[in-house]
Parts: sequence; structure tokens; C-alpha cells
Amino acid sequence: MRYVLAVLVEDKPGVLVRVAGLFSRRGYNIESLAVGKTVEPMVSRMTIEVEADEKILEQIIKQLYKLINVLKVSNLTQEPSVDRELVLIKVSADVGNRAEIQQIVETFRAKIVDVALNSIIIEVTGNQEKIEAITMLLSQYTILEVVRTGKIAILRGSKTIK
Amino acid sequence: MKMSGIQIVVEALKKELVDTVFCYPGGTSDNVVNQLTEADIRFVMYCHEQGAAHAADGYARATGKPGIVFSTSGPGSTSLVTGIATAYMDSVPMVIFTGHGMSANSVNDAYKDVDVFSITLPITKHSTVVESVSDLPRTIREAFHLATTGRCGPVLIDLPIHVQMDIGIFRYPKNIYMRGYNPVYNCHPGQVNKVAKVLAQANKPVIYAGGGIIYSGAHEELRQFAEKFSIPVTTTLMGLSGFPTGHPLALGMLGMHGTYWANMAVNEADVIIAAGARFDDRVTGRKSDFAKDATIIHVDIDPAEIGKNVRADIPIVGDIKQVLTQLLKKPGPENTEPWLAKINEWRRCAPMRYCQDADGEICPQFVIEQIYEQTEGKALITTEVGQHQMWTAQYYKFNKPRSFASSGGLGTMGYGFPASIGVQLGCPDDVVFCIAGDGSFQMNIRELATAVKYCLPVKVAIINNQHLGLVRQWQEMFFHSRYSSVVLQKGSPDFVKLAEAYGALGLRAQKPSEVIPVLQKALSTPGPVVIDFRVKTGENVFPMVPPNCPINEMVTTAK
Repeated sequence: MRYVLAVLVEDKPGVLVRVAGLFSRRGYNIESLAVGKTVEPMVSRMTIEVEADEKILEQIIKQLYKLINVLKVSNLTQEPSVDRELVLIKVSADVGNRAEIQQIVETFRAKIVDVALNSIIIEVTGNQEKIEAITMLLSQYTILEVVRTGKIAILRGSKTIK
Repeated sequence: MKMSGIQIVVEALKKELVDTVFCYPGGTSDNVVNQLTEADIRFVMYCHEQGAAHAADGYARATGKPGIVFSTSGPGSTSLVTGIATAYMDSVPMVIFTGHGMSANSVNDAYKDVDVFSITLPITKHSTVVESVSDLPRTIREAFHLATTGRCGPVLIDLPIHVQMDIGIFRYPKNIYMRGYNPVYNCHPGQVNKVAKVLAQANKPVIYAGGGIIYSGAHEELRQFAEKFSIPVTTTLMGLSGFPTGHPLALGMLGMHGTYWANMAVNEADVIIAAGARFDDRVTGRKSDFAKDATIIHVDIDPAEIGKNVRADIPIVGDIKQVLTQLLKKPGPENTEPWLAKINEWRRCAPMRYCQDADGEICPQFVIEQIYEQTEGKALITTEVGQHQMWTAQYYKFNKPRSFASSGGLGTMGYGFPASIGVQLGCPDDVVFCIAGDGSFQMNIRELATAVKYCLPVKVAIINNQHLGLVRQWQEMFFHSRYSSVVLQKGSPDFVKLAEAYGALGLRAQKPSEVIPVLQKALSTPGPVVIDFRVKTGENVFPMVPPNCPINEMVTTAK
């Protein structure tokens, strides 16, 4: 099963390599990882998507807590939360199919952020299903390149992770 | 008070009551060595950084105090790696200082520059590259705190030259707060009650005690607990010396080379109390078959150990000493007599035995038993890794905690001898014996120079079967006796002459009748002694659980 973890870490040198190293040496699969600063100075937040069973997930959380720079690990998978990912997709397009692609983009409430003679870049924000759906539709044209930020997630309501 | 970074390090060591540091000097650690000479801290110089790291580890295991290591940058720090990994696997408290070139980062691939921070990430409890002299006092305070609390382990501090030279203010923090580090010592009372309930119903309980018993200082509580409820105790390799081997309730070691009765007891137990142990594959054999019918209670200070290898029916996170103290006040099993009788039957049907023929070759087990006899059981023992290590675990009687140091988790050949020097430094009044193999002793044999230089009277007993015995045994048993790279006869030095070359005493025993006199001679010699015990070459370690078999399927004797 795929789980989403929110991991608060101290913003210290090497903290990313500690977390990444833990996953790689214990053979845990990272599906995506996004890191950024939080409102609290010197504290960063990682959103990590992992593919694991329940037993492995328990180990992942415990092993993360063993890292001194890890402050808090929250499993958001079952919690009511909002999750998003931003994707930039470069599609081969010319005057012949640009309008068609534009229609798909509008339907998904995505954005065209760059147009060139033979290509366009589309920015999509959304959850995984939406991104998969638009990618599937765009694949009928030639997708030249895809960049994804990895998922970020936040709890709904006033509850916070501190 | 204003002072240089290096003076800050030395002042901090004084605050931490450090009396001994283990080091090898070099360009980026010369300053420290200079300062240490002025402070009242003994620094012991080894022949190789690996030796220094193992010695600090041995010192820590014998004394309970953290082992302190200094090395220079580059090869100085990479040579520590095996020593750090050994300590990490066995949860040994150490604080390691590595020198570093001008910058905190390896930007220019400077001379003797290596990214020791990254190299040691997976084998340290924590590590820090100090970027400013103002961070230094707190970083050191935190390192000592981390190394010696919770599940202990090695902590590394990388010190760039500029931090060593810069002038800073020495204010050593009394209290520290680390938001991401809060080891749990106090166990949950609800869990203790659950355990008591299960124990009260238990008919066939077994305590499976690991190194945590020794680290927690819980040996006395363990003895009281076992005696109060007549529960038999088996220990892991790391747990040896945590429960007296000669005790009527002692089952000896369990696992691959454990006693038959310990393994049978664990296999048939209805309740297993795992205390400070981690269900290593050498203990459990095939995991899916391990203690299938038992309720497993797992006590550990490290929450990540619980459920990692084997299911825990009742987990208790906390300090074992506290947990056992709580359990002592609760009800326990009512009558374990039939169970103990059953275990004694197993004991009778496959006893530990060897046959020392008076006119034959020396049996390795006989040498180990005689070391116990001749030292009246008072010696502190270290071992290398291999058959001699397993025979020591099987045949030596350990009576007091911290009297045994061996690389359990990593299985580091080359650990035992430098470690014995560290043990001797920590316990100058004790007799220290390193039981070694002829293969493993050679891995760090150069530290004979250290033992001689500092007049440390360690005794090395080489169980010399002229083979890498354990590998030979596996090739015999699992590779149809097709031997490869296990014969050491050719190319091995004359250990007696070698000892003499270093300025130590070298002795040799070739017949059983020579074993006792040679040991007596070694014990009456004030300096370091190396004894070459020429033992039977084909002797195997039995009983044995073949790899990935259930632990009740033991091979008890040679075919």
C-alpha cells in the first residue's frame, strides 16, 4: 500500500542524506519526496510517499524517529487531508494540434506556461488521479519531458503537525 | 573563558571526566595531542586507527564509560570505520573526534581529505561536522549525552582545522535539550501489568537476555527475578556475563552454537521474555519457525527493535532494570518445576562435551576451561571472531557483568586483541585475557607494540588450529569438504618469535600437559604474553543449527 508521511526535521546539514540513506540502506521504497521550510525557523518538513506493508511502515516510522534530527513523523494516509503535486509537462505541439491540447488543459484546469514553435509546457496541480488522467490524455501527443515536485499534503481543519 | 577550539575540546573532556583517550596523531589532530599532554588526560597511541577504535570500544564495554577516540583526517578517519561499525552494532558508547582540513566541506579534494561524515552516517548514532567554534561546547556535550543514554552508540564529531584554531568562549552547558531525542526509560505500567498477567499463567517460561541486561546494569535484578519465579535464563553472545553461567537456572547461550537445551527450551516455551536482545538471525534460526507457540514479551530501550525481526505480543519500551524492578513486585509463574525437569532431560541427552586425551592433541575447549581455572574465574575476557569465540561462549563460565567483550553484531575479526588493551587500560588491576584465533589475531597483531610500549600485561591465548576454523567447518559441513582459502599453516608467523620481536613474552604449548604450566607462567609474567596453543586442527564447534534451519534442528555431534 502507498502511505504518505509528514516528517518534521531540524534544518541541519546532512539531514536529507540521513533520511534518504535510511530508506536506501533498509530497502524502503520512496515513491516521492518533497522538502521545504515551515513557519518555524530551522524546521523543515518532508512529505514522503512510501510503498510498504503495515509492518514495514511501522519500522520506517520507528527508524526515522531514531534519527536525532527527526522531530516528528505523522502518517497522513488515513487522515482527512489535502494533497497536491505540481507537474510540468512538455508536449510536442504545433499549430495543427495546439488548440486541441488547449482544450484538454482547460478541462483539467491546468495552465499553459510556455509556447514555442514545436512545443508547449503545461503546468498541472492536483492529486495523483488528476495528474495521471491528464498525462494519459496528453500521451496521445508526444510527451517530451515531465518534471514532478512530489506530493505535499496537509491535514484538513485546524489540526496541525508540530 | 576565551580559548582555542582545541582547548575547548580538552576542557570539555575534563568536564566529562574523561581519563583516557585512544588516538593516532596526524596533521589535523596534532593540536589535540599536544593539548592532551598538558591536561591530566592519558592518551594512548595505537599502531593503527582501527586498533584505537577497538580499544576505545573495549574500554567502554569493560568500564561502562564512553570510549574516546581521536584521529586525523582522510585515511586516519577511514581506518576507524570498522571500529565504529563494530561499536554501533553492539551499542557501545563512544565519542570519536576526527580532524579535518581547512574547510568543513570537501570542496577542493584537499590533501588527506575525505567526507567522513557521509561515510560514517549509517554506522553512528549521530554525527556532526562542527562549523563554528561557538558550536563546539554544545556539540561535545550533546555527543556525550547521545553516546551514553538510551540505546548507547558511537557519535562522531568532525573538527575542521579552523574550528580547532579559532578562539571561542568555553561555557559548558549543564543541561541540554534535544527536541528530537527523548529516550524512554520509564516503562508503561499497563504493559507491565499485562506481562504479569501472562507470566502468572505461564508454565514454561524462558528469559532470553541480551546485551541490554549488561548495559542497563540489570544483572542483579535479572538474577532476583529469575530466582524469585524459578525462570530459566538463556543469554545471547552479547548477554554472556549478564547472568552467571554456573547458576542453576542458567541455560547458557542460545542460537546457532547455543546449548541444545537452551534452544529446545526456547522452542517449546509458552512465554519468552526477551530482555535487551534483538532476535538476531544467529539466535532465531529460521524466523518463521521461531517460538511459534510462545507469547513473546519484548523489553527494549530502542522502540525500533520491537517487532523488527520477530513479532512482539507484549512490547515494553523502557530501561530493563526498571522493568525488572517493576516485575519483581508482581505475581509470576507458580510452579516451573516440571518445566525445569524437562529442560534437565534435554540437558542430559545432549550435554556439552569434548574429549581431552592426555596423550593426544590439545583440545581448544580444554584451553578455554583452563584459562577459567587458572585465573579462578576472575579474568576479563575478550575474543576475536571464529571457533575460539564460540568455544569461549560455550565453555567459559562468566560470573560478573562486563567481564566479556566480543564483536557480536558485526563479527569483526581483529577486534579482540586491541579491545583487550582497552579493557586493561580501563581495569588496570584485573587479569585480561584475549582468546584469539591464529587467523583473527593476525588482523591487528601490530598492537603488540602498544601493549609493550604501555607495559599492559594482557595475555593472548591463540587457539592455533592453523586454519580459519569456522570457515573450514562450514566448508566441511556445507561444501562437501571442498576447502578453499582456509589453511593458514603456510605463511603464518612463528607467534613466539613474533612476540619476542615486539618485546613481549612468547610461549607455546603443544601437548595437553603443557597447557597449565604455560598458563601459570603467563600469569606470573608482569608484561604482555602471547601463548601459541597448538590445538587439534579438525575440531568443530557443536552443537550447531545449520543456517536458516529452525533452532530445534541442531546438529549435536560430528558425523
